[in-house]
This record gives sequence, structure tokens and C-alpha cells, in this order.
Amino acid sequence: MRIGIVCPYSWDVPGGVQFHIRDLAEHLIGLGHEVSVLAPADDETPLPPYVVSAGRAVPVPYNGSVARLNFGFLSAARVRRWLHDGAFDVVHIHEPSSPSLGLLACWAAQGPIVATFHTSNPRSRAMIAAYPILQPALEKIRARIAVSEYARRTLVEHLGGDAVVIPNGVDVDFFARAEPKKEWQGGTIGFIGRIDEPRKGLPVLMRALPKILAERPGTRLLVAGRGDEEEAVESLPPAMRERVEFLGMVSDEDKARLLRSVDLYVAPNTGGESFGIILVEAMSAGAAVLASDLDAFAQVLDQGAAGELFANEDADALAAAAVRLLADPDRRTELRTRGSAHVRRFDWSVVGGDILAVYETVADGAAHVAADERTGLRARFGLARD
Amino acid sequence: MTTIIWVAVAIVAIGLYLSWTAGRLDRLHARIDAARAALDAQLLRRASVAQELATAGVLDPAASIVLYESAHAARQAEPEQREVAESELSQALRVVFAEPGAVAEVAQAPGGSAAITELTQSVRRVPMARRFHNDAVRAARAVRRHRVVRWFRLAGHAPFPLAFEMDDEPPVPLTADGAGSHPAG
Repeated sequence: MRIGIVCPYSWDVPGGVQFHIRDLAEHLIGLGHEVSVLAPADDETPLPPYVVSAGRAVPVPYNGSVARLNFGFLSAARVRRWLHDGAFDVVHIHEPSSPSLGLLACWAAQGPIVATFHTSNPRSRAMIAAYPILQPALEKIRARIAVSEYARRTLVEHLGGDAVVIPNGVDVDFFARAEPKKEWQGGTIGFIGRIDEPRKGLPVLMRALPKILAERPGTRLLVAGRGDEEEAVESLPPAMRERVEFLGMVSDEDKARLLRSVDLYVAPNTGGESFGIILVEAMSAGAAVLASDLDAFAQVLDQGAAGELFANEDADALAAAAVRLLADPDRRTELRTRGSAHVRRFDWSVVGGDILAVYETVADGAAHVAADERTGLRARFGLARD
Repeated sequence: MTTIIWVAVAIVAIGLYLSWTAGRLDRLHARIDAARAALDAQLLRRASVAQELATAGVLDPAASIVLYESAHAARQAEPEQREVAESELSQALRVVFAEPGAVAEVAQAPGGSAAITELTQSVRRVPMARRFHNDAVRAARAVRRHRVVRWFRLAGHAPFPLAFEMDDEPPVPLTADGAGSHPAG
């Protein structure tokens, strides 16, 4: 099958969607499919052979933060050329409703189009205003995929219609095979995520830490992720600060080893999560997981069967659960066993099979994707003058 | 003179909008046709695998008869009865594979694991294809209900699209939740 994948976010910047697309593309290539990924990228960035650059993304304030987006005539022309040269059997667009490559590709293509909706943003005013513009582009999508039941619900509320739920994939064995590291073992709690992003929930964990240390003084907290380390421990009494170890940005290998080593992985995220890939990675590595009870997290953890949940933003509940789990190795082993069994459904072998099933369902008997000439503005004006 | 120009511009603009909307509607109808064909193919495939399993002698006689009956009915159903017949096939599949060990038993028979893999795939793909079809129907209906489309009869003689409603719940042992031993795909 010839498959084209459109990535809306800059390939140079690491992010969940980019990693998902990279792993998906490599999985499909491994199965013998021809895959081309169109992504914004700086000209100097070294790209894997299957990635085609759509030009540099421009930083624009969008949706409350600065997003790097691609738009304009040049990008649109590159999208058209990529579609034309690729002659794809199916095009898979990620985040088609963000004003970037995804939307451009939706405008420019016709034929079997599959789209994945990753985020579950609350309905914004911009989205409502843009609805009449978005709708004609979005209705070309033959198959919609949502990454979680939660993401599907928001999609149905905002745009109508329906979607199939296919979770994000993880290479389970990569994490399951990682070698634990001695110095990260023994009464350790793990946290991975941006330190200075409050939604990742490190402040909640910091509020809970004194209570955990009061009960179990030997506990250490290992934090992996970017951000200001001084500021993060400011709220702690100075004596307790040495119990927190910052590892900075870690490589994929070290991340897997960290998750293999810790006694307990805590995900205190306070919101903005539509899936929770880190929980899947933690379960793959066989870590006992304690997470806030966000909708998306509860679903990934099988409503608390594969990992424990605590009331979101409640530092006391977090501390109580962590102390209980750290004192109870049997319960942790139980969680590990359940987690390792549960996580198999997120392995690329299953997820990739499902995504291919979607491709085959929409591409069966259909002509391949072509540039959509009917919406060509110039052609229309040419027509009007006749 | 200027009035005439403005009127001409307005007429051209309206004409463009109508032609664009008609094109959009045409594309939506094509999408429904493709989705319907895909759904048809998946339903047929599921009924064929079910019938194959029923006649292969790997299930007990009672289960074989139940499965054969419903698979046969689903394949032969008239368009009006199709939704009911396909729903009954879903129910029959659930009943037959509800027994713990039924999947493992079939898989042990010669050629059984291939049949189970195919059945697993098709009970996953039927709900997918149906969701894509009904999503296309909803999108087309939303445009067809638009005032402009009704006034100018842009939909032509195309029949008003209908959703395909059926019970497509797969048997639990054939889903990712049920059994890790038979991953789909």
C-alpha cells in the first residue's frame, strides 16, 4: 500500500504526535508498505528518508500558547506537489482541525482520507467561528480515528459524526526488556514530564512529598524532564530537597530504564491529557502506576484495575495512596502483573493492525488520493470568466 | 451602469457558491457510496467466515446449526431485513463464542487458527465500516438540510441517505479486551 502521512507539527520539536507518527511510519515500513510523511521542518534538520519537508513552521500565537504552524501559498503548493507525486492509496492526516498542514492537506486532497484526532481541547470560540470553513474540509475525511474514548466524545460534541477509537501505540517490548539501573532502585518514586508545566502536575507531587517522607523517610523522588529545578523544589523544606533528584532530559533508553527501576511511577497530571502514553510506557516497563483520575488516565488504566487512581489535584490523597503502595510490595506486584497483561493491547502489533484495517476499509475499491481540482480557486475564476 | 455591474457580480458569486455546494454534495454522495460498498464487503466477509466455521465441523452440532442459520439468513436477506439479519448473526456469534475455551478449541482444529484470525478481523472491521458509513450519512444529511440546497434542489434525485443501524458488538473473546492470545491483525 502507498501511504501518505501528514504531520502538523514541526519535526524538529519533540512531541507526542511527532513520536506517534514516527513509530507508525516505521512500523508500516517494517510491514513492507511504502510510506511518506509530510512534516514541517527546518531546512538544516536531518530527516529520516521517509520524511518530506513542507518548509519551516512559523511560530504564531494560537490557542493560548505559541504554536508552530504552516500555512500560506508556499505550504499549500508543497502539499499539492506531495499529493501529486505520491499517488497514495490512502492519506492519513493528523490533527486535521489545527490550522496547519493537516487542514491544508484536507483542502487539497480527495479520495480515501483518514484522520486522527489527538487532542481533546475544550470547545474554543475560534473553533465555533471557523466551523463553516472547517466543515467542507473535514467532511472529506472518510474515516476518523480518536485516540481515546474521551477524545472521541469531545470530537462528537464539537464536530458531530463519529470516530473509531484506536489508542496510541507503544513498543511494549522495548520497555519490557530495558535493564534496571541500580542507583535508581530502592524506595524510589518516578516522575517524567516538563517540570515548569503545571498541567503535568509536579507541584501536586511536591505538596504531597512532605507527607510521604514523614511516613517513609527513605523515599527518593526521581524527576526526568526539562525546566527550572530550583523553582520546582522551592516549596519544600530545605532538608527535604536532597530527597529529590533531577535527571534533566533523558534519552528513550534511560526513560525505559528509569521506568524499569522505580518502585512507583506517579502521574499527577491535572488536565489537558487526551491519552496518557507515559502510563502505557510505565506499564510496559512493569512499573506500578499511581495516576490522577483524569478521564483519559482512568481509561488507559482500565478504570483503576491496571494502576491506582487518586482524586485529581488532591495532594493528601496522592500522599496516602503512595505511602500505602510503597509499604505493600504484594499490591505493587499485583499491579505490575495486571499492567503488563493489560498493556499488550497498546503494542504496535495490535494498534498497527487496527490502523491498517482502517486504511483497507476506506481504500478498498476506491481510486487513490489525488489533488482535488474542484476546489482550485484559480480554476473557478477561470471558469467564471468563460 | 454600476448597478448592473453589481448585480452581475452578485449573480456570479451566487452561481459560484451554488456550484461549489453542488460539488461538495456530489463528493459526499460519492463518499457514502464508497462507505456503503466497504460495509457491504465487510458484512459479507463476516457471514462467509461464520458459515465456513459452521460447516467445518469444529463446533458442536447445535452451535453449528445456530451459526449456519444466522450466517445464511444474513447473506440472503432482502435490503429491508438486512439490519435485523446481520444483528442476529452478531448475537449468534456472541452466543457461540461465549463459552470459555470455544476459541481455543476452534483454533486447535486444522486451519482453525486462520479462521479465528479472519473472524477476529471481520468482527472488528464491521463496526469500523459501519461507523464510517454512518458518519458519511450524517455529513451528507447536514448539508442536504441546508436551506440553499433544498431551495435550488442541489441534491437532484439522489435518495435521502439512511444510516445502517445494527447490533455489531463483537464476541468478547475475539476482542483485545477478551483474549491476549489472539491479537487482531
